[in-house]
This record gives sequence, structure tokens and C-alpha cells, in this order.
Amino acid sequence: MIPGLHHYLIVSALLFSLGLLGVVARRNLFVVYMGLELMLNAANLALVAFSRFHNNLNGQVMVFFIITVAAAEVAVGLALLVALYRKRQTAHVEDLTTLKL
Amino acid sequence: MEHAAAAQHAVESGSRLQDLAWAILVLPLVMAFSTAVLTPRNRMLSAALNTSGVVVSFLLSFTLFCVFGGQAVDATPFHWLPVAGLDANIGLHLDALSTLMLLVVTGVASLVMIYSTGYMHDDRSYSRFFSTLSLFVFSMLGIVLADNLLMLFVFWELVGVSSYLLIGFWYEKPSAGDASKKAFLTNRIGDFGFMLGILVVWSLAGTLDIAALKDKLVANPALLGPWAGLAGLLIFMGAMGKSAQFPLHVWLPDAMEGPTPVSALIHAATMVAAGVYMLCRVFFLYTAAPGWPAALGFLDGVSAASIITCIGGFTALFAAVVAVQQDDIKRILAYSTLSQLGLMVMAVGLGARTGDPSASMYHLVTHAGFKAMLFLGAGSVIHACHHEQDIWKMGGLRTKMPRTFWTFLIGTAALAGLPPLSGFYSKDEILAVALEANPIFFGVGVLVTVLTTFYMSRLVLVAFFGRARGEGAGHAHESPASMTVPLLVLAVPSVAIAWLPIGGFLSHHFQPGHAAHGGDILFGPFNHNPIAAFFGLGAAIFGFSLAYSLYGKAPASDPLSPRLGLLSQAMRNRFYIDEIYDGIVVPLHNLLSQVADAIDRWLIAGLAVRGLAGAVEIAGRALRLVQTGSIQTYAFLLTAGVLLIVLLALK
Repeated sequence: MIPGLHHYLIVSALLFSLGLLGVVARRNLFVVYMGLELMLNAANLALVAFSRFHNNLNGQVMVFFIITVAAAEVAVGLALLVALYRKRQTAHVEDLTTLKL
Repeated sequence: MEHAAAAQHAVESGSRLQDLAWAILVLPLVMAFSTAVLTPRNRMLSAALNTSGVVVSFLLSFTLFCVFGGQAVDATPFHWLPVAGLDANIGLHLDALSTLMLLVVTGVASLVMIYSTGYMHDDRSYSRFFSTLSLFVFSMLGIVLADNLLMLFVFWELVGVSSYLLIGFWYEKPSAGDASKKAFLTNRIGDFGFMLGILVVWSLAGTLDIAALKDKLVANPALLGPWAGLAGLLIFMGAMGKSAQFPLHVWLPDAMEGPTPVSALIHAATMVAAGVYMLCRVFFLYTAAPGWPAALGFLDGVSAASIITCIGGFTALFAAVVAVQQDDIKRILAYSTLSQLGLMVMAVGLGARTGDPSASMYHLVTHAGFKAMLFLGAGSVIHACHHEQDIWKMGGLRTKMPRTFWTFLIGTAALAGLPPLSGFYSKDEILAVALEANPIFFGVGVLVTVLTTFYMSRLVLVAFFGRARGEGAGHAHESPASMTVPLLVLAVPSVAIAWLPIGGFLSHHFQPGHAAHGGDILFGPFNHNPIAAFFGLGAAIFGFSLAYSLYGKAPASDPLSPRLGLLSQAMRNRFYIDEIYDGIVVPLHNLLSQVADAIDRWLIAGLAVRGLAGAVEIAGRALRLVQTGSIQTYAFLLTAGVLLIVLLALK
């Protein structure tokens, strides 16, 4: 069996959903972060699959950009998380509800 | 041609002179304000300021009267509310009617002010009295000078307010407070009709200016169409309130709770005359063809003027009958005023037939003089008798208060209509008009004359003749000069004002082309309409002889009361009108207000206001749960929202 576009897309959707689940349901901020990365990579997979099956390189170019930006984002995000942990002594989302008045 | 040019020249040369009317109007207001603000503690200064203000107004009015006479001129108006479709001006109009009325109002007001300096001398609120009196004069002058209905209505209400303040001047007395409220509320009922009438006229004619309205109605008599009768009647309701016509007459006798100078000014010469004056100003409304909207179809063929005539005639007769059995000197005069006002209103209604209500205005002018004098005389008597108002506790005042007695006698004779006093001529005009129009109203007029002479003679015979029946009357002495001099001054117009050609002057105003029946004024009535004149005179003599036969021997109590029995009781109790109102109007009103209160409390406040507020609050509380502060919730909701939109888009 040769895997077709829809196989890749299904995997991508599954990965995205798992990532979203991690973002929405997990309590540890680091795990939430990992969920976010998973969602980004699900999108990358979908883009690469489209690029491959449509013979268009634009999708792969887009993926490179995403990987670059994600690396930068991880650097800034982790730095923020460390700073936050130092200040609040916690990395649990339920302790971080200062948005609520 | 020459005449027209001369008139034109007079108008031009007087183009600034008529702006003096503004000074006449505003001067009393300025005095009222400066008294209230600057000199509330200085009694002498307050009295001097206000009295001089009104006297200067009188002198200015006299100047204007001499310069313009019966000419119609307008003082420079200013635009108050220039809204689309409604151009509300504050403008002053001078013509025969308003200049004459200016003289009456400012003249009587000046004398009343001077009189008050004596009468109110011991009162604590001396300054307040004078400033309120000035405020009243201002409001009244506004009615007289107004050139449009809106301004007339504004000042109409101002008169209501200032009379409320004056009737309730001794507000610490509960009866005075009640009387002032009663006067105000009763007037408001009439004013409501008046306002509706103005709205009807405005919506159909598109103008509030009286002169413009008249021109429009002359150009197109069917302008008001089926609303003509209703508009006339509604506007007449205003006059019914102010001029105290049945069934809105109840406030006037109670208003005697106010100080006597107030009664003389407001309830004899000015405020109550405002209704009649206003009817004369908008008289052209009543000469138009009567028409009624479909809902009032049963009135077809009846003109508003004839309804006015009936109400006036009934009030005249009713009040005269009640006056016969009153014991309070001021109440007798109050009912007498009601009765004379009824005659005037009747004359307005009858005048609609010929287009000339001058008889009514004429009687208004003469009546203002002698009735103010009678009230001031009554005040002098009350003052002398240590605030005793019951005529059966007076007596023998003739020798103790000669000046008051003689002026009161002149006033009585003028009111009874004895020639050559003023009342005779004006009443004769009314009788003559009634005789030409409808013999029933002529009969009413004659009967009212008999009754008027009867109760006034009763008053004079009981209070001034015989021996003193009470403590106060025994120690009475003549009032100070500040009180007797205005009486003596007022005696002059009471005797002689009718010797001036006022009737012709007014007739000319209403019917410019019509030649007044000229000739000898003194004996004019006997030549012009001998039947009316002789009937009027005969009625007066008959009334007096009747009163003399009953009261001539100075009885200790009223010999008429036992003879009339139950009727006397009814007359003393004013035919139980107040009780009927208490029994019908008050419960009805209470019921209505309870219904209104329930609607307000449950429907408006409960359902509409609190219901809406409650719904919003509950929605707010529910939505507040969404804001948890946790990013994860927001992310979840965001995703759910996106999914929802995608699902909807895919459908």
C-alpha cells in the first residue's frame, strides 16, 4: 500500500489534536509547551505532504520558516518560563490566573 | 388719504415709544427680584421699591394709552424658540383692548400696593408680600400684552403660580394652605383644556400669533373646519378656570383666605378678569362657523359661543343666589364677583352673534374699579374690627368709619347699577345685548341685578347701620390714610369712569366700520335701549326695597334664614357643590390614582424596569463564570469557537 495524501493528513490531524489536548488539559506549563510544539509540527507535516503531492515547493519553504520561528519561540518561551518560575515558584497553570480580576 | 398718512407718521415717530411696553412688563419683575434678593429685611425699602415699580408701570401705561389710543402697534419682539414649524416669539401687542387693560391692571395694582403698606403693616413677611404681589403684576401684564397664544399660556400659568403664593400667603394657617392648593389645582384643570385648545388651533392654523391667526381666519372662515367648536370650548376651559365659571368656580370663595388686598387685586380686578380678557382677545374664534368632530356630533348646530353664554348665565345666577345667605363679608363679595364674572362671560357668548363683545370688556373695566374698592373697603372694615369677618358681629360702622362707609356705599351703588355710577352703564350694555339676542338671558341679567342689589344692600345695612353686635365692631375706628386714600381714589372711577366713551372705544376696536351709538353718554342708555335701562334700574330699586324691608330695622340675626328654611341651609352650604366634589370627584380620583399606582408599581417598575435589569444581571452573572483567568479555558473556548465556525461553514 502506498500511503496517499489523506494518510499524511490524518496523521497530521491526530498530532494536532494530541497537541491541542496537551495545551488545553495538561497542568504543567512545560508540557503545555510541548503540546504547542506538537501542534506546530502537525502543521509542518501537513504542509510538507501538500508540497510533495502537489509538486509545489512553496509548502516546504513555509516549513523552514516555521522551524526557524519555532526555534526562536522556544528560546524566548523557555526563558520566560524560567523567569516566571523564579518569580512565582510554580509552573502550574492553575496557579497562574492573574488574568481574572 | 390725509388721515392714513397721519397715522403712518404717528407709527413711525412712535417706533421706539411702543418699546416702553417692555418696561411696563419687566419693571414689576425687576422689583420683585430685587426685593427678594436685596431687601428682604428692610420693610420700608421693599414697600417703596415695589409700589414705585407698579406706579411707574401705571404712568408708562397711561403715556402709551395717550400716545397710541386704540392703534394696534407691536413692540419689537424677540425670537424665543425658532423651531421648524413653530416660531415662538416673545412679543408685545398694543391695541385698544390691551392698552385699556394695562391701565386697569396697573391702576388697581398701584392702589392695592399703597393700601397694602397700611393693611399689612403688622405682618412679619411684609417684604415677601410685596415681592409676590409684584410678581403677580408682572404675570398679569404678560397676559395682557402677549401677542401669541404660547406666551399668553406661559404667563397664564405664571398668574396661577403667583396667585397660589398669594392665596397661601399665611401658609401657617391650614385653611390658607388648602385654599391655595385648591385654587391652583382647579385652575390647572382649566389650563389643561386651554393647552389642548392652543394645540388644536396651532395644528390646524399653523400659527400661534393672535393677529396672524385672526387674519387667517378672516381669509378662510372654514380653516378650523369641524374642530372650530371644540377649539373654542377648550380655550374657554382656560377662562373657566381663571374666571371661576361653574363648575370650576369652587376655588374663588376659598381664595378669600388670602390677605384682603390680594382678594381686591386678584379676585376682583385682574386674575379673574384674565379669562374674560382672553376670550375677548381670541374672540374671532367664536364668530367662526361652529363645527364639531364626529365624536361630538350631538352638538351639531350648537355654537361654542352659546355654550359659553349658558355657563356664564348659570354662574351669574347661581353665585348671586348663594351670595344672599353668606355671612362672611369677603365671601359675599367673592360670590358677587363670581356672579358678575358670569355676566361678563355671558356677554362674551352673546356678543358672538353680533361680533362685538365690548359690553363684557366694558363691564370688566368698571367692575374692576368698584369691586376692588369694595374689597379694599371690606379689608378696612376687617382691619378695624380686629379681623372679624362675620357681618352679624358688625354694625353701626357708618359713624365710626365714615370714609370707608361712603366709599363702600358708592361701590355698592355702582355694583347694583344705579345711574349715574359706572356699573349702571356697563350692566345696561350687557342687558341691552341680552335683550336683542335672547329674552331668557335678559331675564337672567335682570334677576341677577335684583339679587345683587339685595345681597349688597343686606351687607351694607347689617354691617354699617344699626348698633354694634360684636366686641370688635364696638371698638372700631377709621383706618389709616394709606388705606382710606386708595379707597377715595378708587371711588372716582367707580362713579365716573363710565362717563368716558369706553363702550364706543371698545366697539370701535371689535367693529372698526361700525359707528358706536354716540350722543349723550349720561342719558344714552335711556335713549338707546329704554327697556333694558328701565328694567335694570327697576331691578336695582326692587332689590334694595326688598333688602330694606328685611334688614332696615337692624335685626340681630338674619330674618330671611328661618323663612327660607332648607333652601337657606343649601345656600349657606353653597348648594353642597364642594361636598359633591368630595363625594364624587375625590373617590374617583383616588381610584384612578390607585390604578395608576398599581400599573406603575407592577407593570412599569416591576416588569419593565426591574425585569430588564434582572435579566441583564442574570446574564452577566452567567457570563462571568466564563472568565476563569486560566489561559487553557480561553484556548479551549477559542478552539471550540473555531470548530463551530468551520462546522457551520462546511454545512
